Amino acid sequence: MKPAPFVHHSPHTLDEAVETLREVGHDGKVLAGGQSLIPVLNMRLAQPAHLVDINRVAGLDTITVTDHFVRVGATVRHAALQRHDDAYAVLPVLRQALNNVAHPAIRNRGTTVGSIAHADAAGEMPSIAVLTNAVMEVIGPKGRREVAAGDFFEGPLQTVLEADELLEAVRFARFGPSTRTAFLESARRHGDYALAGVGVAVDVEGEGSDAVVRGARAAYVSVTDIPVVIDLTEVVAGQRISSSWDGVDELVQAGIAPEADIHASSDYRRVLAAELTRRALTGAVS
Amino acid sequence: MSTRQFGQPVQRKEDPRLVTGNGRYLDDLGQDAYEVAFVRSPHAHARITDIDVDEAVEIDGVVAVFTHEDLDGPAADRLPLLIPHPSIEAGRTGYPLAKDEINHVGEAIVMVVARDRYLAEDAAQRIVVTYELLPPVVGIAKSRDGELLVHDDAPGNVAAHLLQEVGNVEPAMAAAPHTLTLDLEIERSACMPMEGKGVLAHWDSDEQRMRIHSSTQTTTGVRAAVAAKLALPLAQVECIAPDVGGGFGVKIMHPWPEEVLIPWASRRLNHDVKWTEDRREHFTSSAHERGQLQTVTVGFDDDGRLLALDVKFWHDNGAYLPYGVIVPIITATQLLGPYKPQNYRVEFWSMYTNTVLVTPYRGAGRPQGCYAMERTMDAIAAELGLDRTEVRSRNFIQPEEMPYDQGLLFQDGRPLKYDSGDFPASLAKLKALVGWDDFPAYKKEAEAQGRKVGLGIGCYVEGTGVGPYEGGHVHVETSGRVNVATGLTTQGQGHQTILAQIVADELGVSIDDVHVTTGDTRRMPYAVGTFASRGAVMSGNAVALAARAVRAKALRIAADALEVSEDDLQIEDGTISVKGAPHASIALSTVAVMSNPLRYAFDESAKAATQFAGTYDPDKPPIADDDEPGLEGKDFYSPTQATFANGMHAAIVETDPVTAEIKILRYCVVHDCGTVVNPMIVEGQVHGGVAQGVGGALYERMAYDESGQLLNASFMDFLIPYASEVPHIETDHLETPSPLNPLGIKGAGEAGTIPVTATIASAISDAEGFAIRSMPISPDELWDLRRQRALAATSSSTPEEPA
Repeated sequence: MKPAPFVHHSPHTLDEAVETLREVGHDGKVLAGGQSLIPVLNMRLAQPAHLVDINRVAGLDTITVTDHFVRVGATVRHAALQRHDDAYAVLPVLRQALNNVAHPAIRNRGTTVGSIAHADAAGEMPSIAVLTNAVMEVIGPKGRREVAAGDFFEGPLQTVLEADELLEAVRFARFGPSTRTAFLESARRHGDYALAGVGVAVDVEGEGSDAVVRGARAAYVSVTDIPVVIDLTEVVAGQRISSSWDGVDELVQAGIAPEADIHASSDYRRVLAAELTRRALTGAVS
Repeated sequence: MSTRQFGQPVQRKEDPRLVTGNGRYLDDLGQDAYEVAFVRSPHAHARITDIDVDEAVEIDGVVAVFTHEDLDGPAADRLPLLIPHPSIEAGRTGYPLAKDEINHVGEAIVMVVARDRYLAEDAAQRIVVTYELLPPVVGIAKSRDGELLVHDDAPGNVAAHLLQEVGNVEPAMAAAPHTLTLDLEIERSACMPMEGKGVLAHWDSDEQRMRIHSSTQTTTGVRAAVAAKLALPLAQVECIAPDVGGGFGVKIMHPWPEEVLIPWASRRLNHDVKWTEDRREHFTSSAHERGQLQTVTVGFDDDGRLLALDVKFWHDNGAYLPYGVIVPIITATQLLGPYKPQNYRVEFWSMYTNTVLVTPYRGAGRPQGCYAMERTMDAIAAELGLDRTEVRSRNFIQPEEMPYDQGLLFQDGRPLKYDSGDFPASLAKLKALVGWDDFPAYKKEAEAQGRKVGLGIGCYVEGTGVGPYEGGHVHVETSGRVNVATGLTTQGQGHQTILAQIVADELGVSIDDVHVTTGDTRRMPYAVGTFASRGAVMSGNAVALAARAVRAKALRIAADALEVSEDDLQIEDGTISVKGAPHASIALSTVAVMSNPLRYAFDESAKAATQFAGTYDPDKPPIADDDEPGLEGKDFYSPTQATFANGMHAAIVETDPVTAEIKILRYCVVHDCGTVVNPMIVEGQVHGGVAQGVGGALYERMAYDESGQLLNASFMDFLIPYASEVPHIETDHLETPSPLNPLGIKGAGEAGTIPVTATIASAISDAEGFAIRSMPISPDELWDLRRQRALAATSSSTPEEPA
């Protein structure tokens, strides 16, 4: 389990990084936290000739909180975002989801933006990107462009990123003050890829036991081939927060297409995703 | 006053070194050695038609590429079938490098030797092997069909077939008021030590001498195997186990192909050669265990007393049978646990499949046997509406019946005769610990809240400390340092501590002065190995006997010097003194000086010795005819039979009513391993064992597809429980000393693992209200069982069609 030979590039500025990516094109791969890439290299499942290591590029490791979004740079570690109190205060679903991303050792190296660029639908953060209507900041030889999260993911491990482009940052949009969130997942072992997972954003009107749900959206982990959002508003709108969430199961099960693997059947994952959704809705509003 | 060390929770002497990163594992050695990578078969069953290595040898840094054609002498022959047995009908083993036929994914075909592992893997990638594919046989059911064969000359895929019977099952079963038949299944798991296998060979061409380091559980076994396979005199081969990062059984198998090939290549190339197994190799090229299909038929009376037990099982032994039938024999015999079946018949078939071979894994056939017996006990209780502990109780062997001969032959070919144990006392402790009698109330309360909880139990008896022997060597230096050697190897069990505790007490010295070496054939050329929970029993007693010999010699010399009787002497804190007259004393270190007539005054103790030198008899030689120089002793411990430990586990689980997720709320263990040397270490062994047991019950399985591909050959998909999945373990102890050995010890290494699958299955069955018959079980599978039962209930409630 040793990787095939590759050239390691270590640019120090964003310009250098972009230039290097342009030069190596399809023969290159961006190395950030390496938590997905390095195992794949070691097993020789991928054998890129060039690795463009962005860890020394200045300015990519910052978290910015504004009135509208939380902006996360390309080399911000999961752990840094997870324990960022300002980000948590304005967008709690980030920490709620990050608590489920693998284990501390992996969160200390792995990057949130890298996991989104990797576009594994079993990853938590791609689903949070779509749930929050995040904006992807992409940089390449032709300059910068922005892509909405909903347009970013094209298929399993596939995004609209060109081979010579870098995902420079992700802007997670903040919810309004009446929105409450929760994230739940079920994995065979704590920290494993989930059998199913869900993040919910519930819009609630009123306070206490009189509160009424105005709408809700849910984004999924491991039960679709690309991260999707299911709008639950039609079945939850007008319900009290003590609701049993009738109708949610059917809507969720119709909106996902889990695949079977050695850990769970498709049917089980479908039921699990629906049940987690109901529990997450309850968790968010209670 | 010396504090007695035996029985104390002495801190592990080895830990400061190991936990600060100063361990020395195989891959830490041989920095200048050539490294090896293997081309291994991607197919489960195939014939090799061509091997093209041309591109590989071109790579800069590649030293040599070897295939079976290059091997010479006995190294080119099939690997040995280590433990022959009369039940083996078709014993087949593989070659170190495949000759023409491949029988499992991962079988080694080409060995690449290069300057480093990176280059070796680059070269391996460029080797092209052409195969003619053969139909694979995967799974016991397919093997049992016998339609397709793993080995053309092993009809029906049967490697071995054994029937043992005690009493007369047929009439007893026919006469039994009640009978039940259970079909049971248990899947494969594996040892998965953190450190895989690894071998470093150093060939000294001047001395014509081979030194092997191997991450093994038996250095003497590897040494003898390499001497035979390389046609070297035994005296010219030595084997050392460095720190070993876990074994759990997989490293008792020997020689692994690599243990032959790496020394062979070192001699051929006249250079150090090293191979360190990677995780993927460990999954597909070492060994697994556990997979069995079982059919149990039991006859019992109205009180739940066993009248007849008839067990048939089919054991998946994988592609080859190098370790013989040890695992199924253990299942067949240890299945009985603490019970008296009256009449017992057991028949097994050990079956070939095109999968990785099967050798002992912690528990070694016992978890399967315990599972069969304990599922049966629960079934009897359910059938009669009796408490599950009551049924067990009624079938226990009673303390006054000890020693109890089950009438079978055990894995060592000796009688299955329990030496001691108090099963009713163990059960009483377990029931108190888990609160057995209070559980129904708790369950009712939980049900009222919509929760599903269940309580399970599992009892076992474990034959431990099998022979034939283990040796101890104890040597007191003139500094007072005590060197202890035993030949079996260490994989983290704490041998450095417990053997030092034993020797410190026997010799009357500080434990800090005692230094233990294990697994080095240069220090102890006759030894067996670390397996079968035998380390403390075998080497513990061996070093005690050796220390007693040293003590006797020390007292003889001291008595002479102090001009008193040996009976009047005592040894405390390394000083020999006259009882009641502490000023009349002599240091053990001084006695060590005196034990050797060659006494240069290198140090203070040598100088001190001269004042006792006194006069000598000029007519006698400096060393008497029946004596030897030096204060050292060596002895071997060799028991007549195994000693039988036992234990009982109980678990409370909760299953989610919707998602079927399974959570262990409480896990309780009562165990009896005879006299305990170090309770902290025994507790640690139990915890580790339970953790592995939880893996086998709820998480681990080898996911082979029909073509023989292992789909989960990584730690991402092979689910070893993390700390977050292992419950807090509550323990209670019973000490029933073994009458078989001087220290009264029984083994503890495997104990924790054995009844976990049975216990968890029992608890889930209790929570769900239906019997679990296939383990391990995942939430997905439990959910599916519920669904199937719900469907069956719906369809059976509809009126039946007229016939």
